[in-house]
Amino acid sequence: MADAETLTVPLDAMHRGLGARMVGFAGYAMPVQYDGIIAEHLHCRAHAALFDVSHMGQAILSGPGAAAALERVVTGDIAGLQPGRQRYTLLMNADGGIVDDLMVANLDGYYLLVLNAARKHVDLAHIRAHLPDAVSLTPHFGRALLALQGPESGAVLASLAPEVAALRFMDAIETTLEGARMTITRSGYTGEDGFEIGLPAERADALATTLITDARVKPAGLGARDSLRLEAGLPLYGNDIDETTNPIEAGLGFAIGKRRKMAWNFAGGAAVRAIHDSGPARRLVGLRADGRAPVRAGAELTDAKGAPAGIVTSGTFAPSLDAPAALGYVRADLARDGTILAAALRGRAVTMRVAPLPFIPHRYAR
Amino acid sequence: MTEIRYTKDHEWVRLDGDIATVGITDHAQSALGDIVFVELPEPGRAVAEGEACAVVESVKAASDVYAPLAGTVTENNASLAADPGVANQDAEAGGWFFKLRLAGRAGFDALLSAADYQTFVQSL
Repeated sequence: MADAETLTVPLDAMHRGLGARMVGFAGYAMPVQYDGIIAEHLHCRAHAALFDVSHMGQAILSGPGAAAALERVVTGDIAGLQPGRQRYTLLMNADGGIVDDLMVANLDGYYLLVLNAARKHVDLAHIRAHLPDAVSLTPHFGRALLALQGPESGAVLASLAPEVAALRFMDAIETTLEGARMTITRSGYTGEDGFEIGLPAERADALATTLITDARVKPAGLGARDSLRLEAGLPLYGNDIDETTNPIEAGLGFAIGKRRKMAWNFAGGAAVRAIHDSGPARRLVGLRADGRAPVRAGAELTDAKGAPAGIVTSGTFAPSLDAPAALGYVRADLARDGTILAAALRGRAVTMRVAPLPFIPHRYAR
Repeated sequence: MTEIRYTKDHEWVRLDGDIATVGITDHAQSALGDIVFVELPEPGRAVAEGEACAVVESVKAASDVYAPLAGTVTENNASLAADPGVANQDAEAGGWFFKLRLAGRAGFDALLSAADYQTFVQSL
């Protein structure tokens, strides 16, 4: 049972009623699985899965000059983000480390930010420290956020909200669904087509019930969300990226806008530019292990000569690959696809090969 | 005569003569979730009571399996190694992990009965 200090999401009772196994994550009681991680993962890749990600932080940035103000601390081109569009970006510290990775949507009049659960309070303070008086950042941490992901999610959601059929990957709208104002973005963190729906907490149960009543949709927990994102080659904050990693070594240079790469005028920009220009000392790569034993976060890597090569930062059994898969940092000279490394696993060495990312191709609605 | 006992580490032990067959309980497999890999002790290995001698990996995590009693490994379940999901589907029979030849049965009698194990699980 949840203790007094554990927060609950609006759908807590629904999760328990569906037989979810609840675990503590970022201070919240969250469903890690319902029927089983593998079944939920494969259902998401084949049909559609509903994830409750209400622990993530939704916040609204508004006021004159909001885009320019946010650009002081993020890598993305926010001023160039058109109304109705969303962008993945990085919140930076002064040393060039990543404070968080987040989504920013321009909803024509305000920006919707979606922050990682464990970072949302840190992010709020960090961004606010850089805002002029006229720009405000207002948390809506009590709102629910549902992620409907998978190749059938478009057809499922369009049966409730026909306007979503016209959305492409990274489009964002505010609309009325089942009588409530909601934000809908065509995005997610599984590598599949899908949507994230932000809505008032008290409306979450009705919408989630409607969605899982559709035969194409099954509820899925954080376990499947983690294996799906890993197969999609998407970094997990706290595992693969943190305040000590920089965007270049993490392979997230794409999240630095072209215009931003001219001026490098964001927090930590000079440090990131130096690494961009000289090349990083290590790189985040995909890793495939020989055999079927998962090599997990923290496993140390060595090169062919037995010298330190790096460390695994995320590792699991990847259901769609039917094999173990991992992400890790390796020395830049070892980052080429096919490079053979060894991981220490329970006192023995497991052969691992650097593999192209994503492990499973993205299937976004572009 | 065949008897089955349990441990607080969520293993079951079935004694046939001086051979103890060891696996993880149905409660354990359910708590672990989808089992994707097992590492089993080789025949001939001498194990001490409480020694970690097998590993079971779910999608999320790796867990040790302990020798419930001292003995010598006589056999491991090759079909489980080939298809670890059997530990989910048939935890307390076909999903056995390894067999031990025990030095004696005194320790076996001290393990939990089925009723005591159920009480223990309900207390968790």
